[in-house]
This record gives sequence, structure tokens and C-alpha cells, in this order.
Amino acid sequence: MTEDIKSLSAQLAQDPMSLVFLRLADLLRQRGQLDAAHRVALSGLERHPHLADAHDLYARILADKGDYERAFDEWDMAVRIAPHHMGALKGLAFLYFKVGDVDQAVVHLETARRHTPDDPGILQALALVRGGQPAKAAGGLGMGPEPQAVSAAAAAPLEDARVFAGLEGAQEGLLLLDAAGRVLGGTLRNPAGEDVTDAVAAYLAGVSQEAARTAKLLGLGTWTGLATEGGQGHVHLAQPTPDALLLVVRDRATPMGRLAIIAQRAAHAARRWLEQQG
Amino acid sequence: MTAAPFERALDLITRVRGVRGAMLVSAADGLVVAEHLMEGIKGPAVAALAGSLANRLGRAMEAAGIGRSVFWHLQGTDGALLVVPAASGILVVAVTDANVNVGLVRLELLGAAGVVG
Repeated sequence: MTEDIKSLSAQLAQDPMSLVFLRLADLLRQRGQLDAAHRVALSGLERHPHLADAHDLYARILADKGDYERAFDEWDMAVRIAPHHMGALKGLAFLYFKVGDVDQAVVHLETARRHTPDDPGILQALALVRGGQPAKAAGGLGMGPEPQAVSAAAAAPLEDARVFAGLEGAQEGLLLLDAAGRVLGGTLRNPAGEDVTDAVAAYLAGVSQEAARTAKLLGLGTWTGLATEGGQGHVHLAQPTPDALLLVVRDRATPMGRLAIIAQRAAHAARRWLEQQG
Repeated sequence: MTAAPFERALDLITRVRGVRGAMLVSAADGLVVAEHLMEGIKGPAVAALAGSLANRLGRAMEAAGIGRSVFWHLQGTDGALLVVPAASGILVVAVTDANVNVGLVRLELLGAAGVVG
């Protein structure tokens, strides 16, 4: 195996754009060289940001390192790129199961089963998840045994408190608006540190209705999110209630999948906050 | 530029599984430049709405200091609208099913934006 690693490393050095990084990082992961696997996978991901297999592999390495929150984000990104990606669906099922959300674990496993009905690992995991046997279910998903200690941070809802604080005005790149573009909570600053809350809010007035009209006319159903990549950062818009619009801004280092998750949580917090106000 | 490269660019987008149609829209006035749509999709209306949304988002992003929009994605429960603004001010637009491979469509849209210039 060492020879394989040397050979793959040489190939990658000769052609840094090659997909050989996938095999190399996975071999390193299997050998327990997680830091090296992490570096190789991350470097590959930077070169191939829209390759679902790269996100899946990176997530697997993060999960092996116990970083479940980021692993979730990477698997989530993989299924956004390739909705039927087996590795990512299994990975998400594994993480949902770990935090006790059996329903979501089953949903992801059922999706995987529909596309590969003969995969014995998925069938086994489904049976075990439904039967509540975590260690065996994790094995069926190819994730190894359940770690003895799952950190409280991994099991708890993520960042809810901070997001809620952001909605009340902290500097989190969060903005809550009403349908007319009036600011209900949060502030926004540009990279120079200037307050641009009102200017941005003014341009966003009516976007909710326009997105709803567009979705209806095109048969897209109810609009659930509007994500934008910019030259200097990413934006995600969501609709916590029919009369409100939530804007989340992050720099380009934040993957779009992660941004969508942050927006979902912020929308949930905004909904709660609006209910308390009203 | 002749229509043929436009048609070829749109054809590549619509070959991705789950794409219902693709079109080129003038961002300034929301008019259709070229289209390759499934029956039932109203091209001029899509163009007008996509153009209007792009303008609003573009101004908001400029105000926020995020720079020009490179790609945007309106996600619905039953489908999505994906848009890449080309340098010339033309929007490359795709209407898709909900479970489309967004990464793949994005790459094709960026490719088409390169053709459009």
C-alpha cells in the first residue's frame, strides 16, 4: 500500500489537476493518516469544487476526524451537486442517525435504496436503523463502529443561539426584512466596514413577490431559497414567513451548501422571533 | 455573432438530465435573445422576470460590496431557475426539475456564458 501511495503521489505531482487525488486521499484515510488525507482531499477540492465525489471523500475524512458538523456540510454539498450520490446519502443518514433523527436517516437511506436496490449495506442499515441498533447500523453504512463519545456540539442544534443573536442586530451578515423592504432585524456591513443595511434592503424590496411570481409562472412550486455567488462573497435569501425576507451574506470561503444550511437555521430562528414579536 | 453558436450553447445545457429549457435573455430589457424551451414554458415572461430579478439582485450585491453576481439559483419545491450573467449583459438561463444536478448545469451555463461573451 505504501508503494501505491508513493505512485499516486508521483502521479498527482506530475498532473495536479488529475482526479488521482481521490484514490490517494482515500488510501491515506484508510491507513489512518487523516491529516495527510485531509490535505490531499482539500487541495483536490479546491481544484474541483463541483465534483461530488471530492465533497464525499472530504466529508468521510472529516467524519473520521470527528468533525461531524463540517462533514454534514460537505455531504450536503455533494447531494446538492449530485442528488443521488450514494456515498453522500449514506453519510447524511449516518449523521442524522447519530443525532437521533431516525426519520431523516430513513429518508436518506430510502432515497439511496431506490437508486441501488441491491446494495446489501443499505438494506442492512435500513433494517438496523429502524431497529435502533446504532453500532451495527453505522457498520452497514460503511462508517465503522459508533464512536464511544459523540461530542455534545455535534449532537446539538448548530449555531442557533448565534444566528438568533444576529437577527437581533449582531454583526453576522444577517438581515431580516418585511415585504416592503423595511429592516426588522440585523445589520449588514460591506468589506470596508460601512453600514449598507438600508441600501441593500431598498434593493431587496419586492424580491420575495418577484421570486414567488417567477416560481409560479415556471411551475417551480413554492420558492424555498435564492442563492447567489458573487465575486467577493455569497448570498442566500429565504422566506421565513410569507411577509418576511431573510438575507444571509458570507465570504467566498463559505461553500454554498453550508450557506444554505445557515440560512435554513436563521429562517427558523427568524420565524420564532417574528412569532414572539407578533 | 450568428445564431448557430447560441443554439449550440443552449443545446448543451438542455442535454443535461432534468433541464426543461434554456434561454438567453438581455438583462437590460428582459427580452429573449434565443431560446430552447420545453412546450408550455412562456419564454418572454420568463425572460422579463429573470431580467428583473437579476437587476434587483445585482444592485443589492453591489451595495453590499459583494461584487457582480457570477451565478444565481432560485430553488422551488418542484424545480429551479439557474442563471449565469455573461460579460456582455446577456443572462444564460436554465429552467430545471427539482432534483437536477445543479453543479453540472452550472458548468454548462458558465460554458455558454463564455460563448455568448
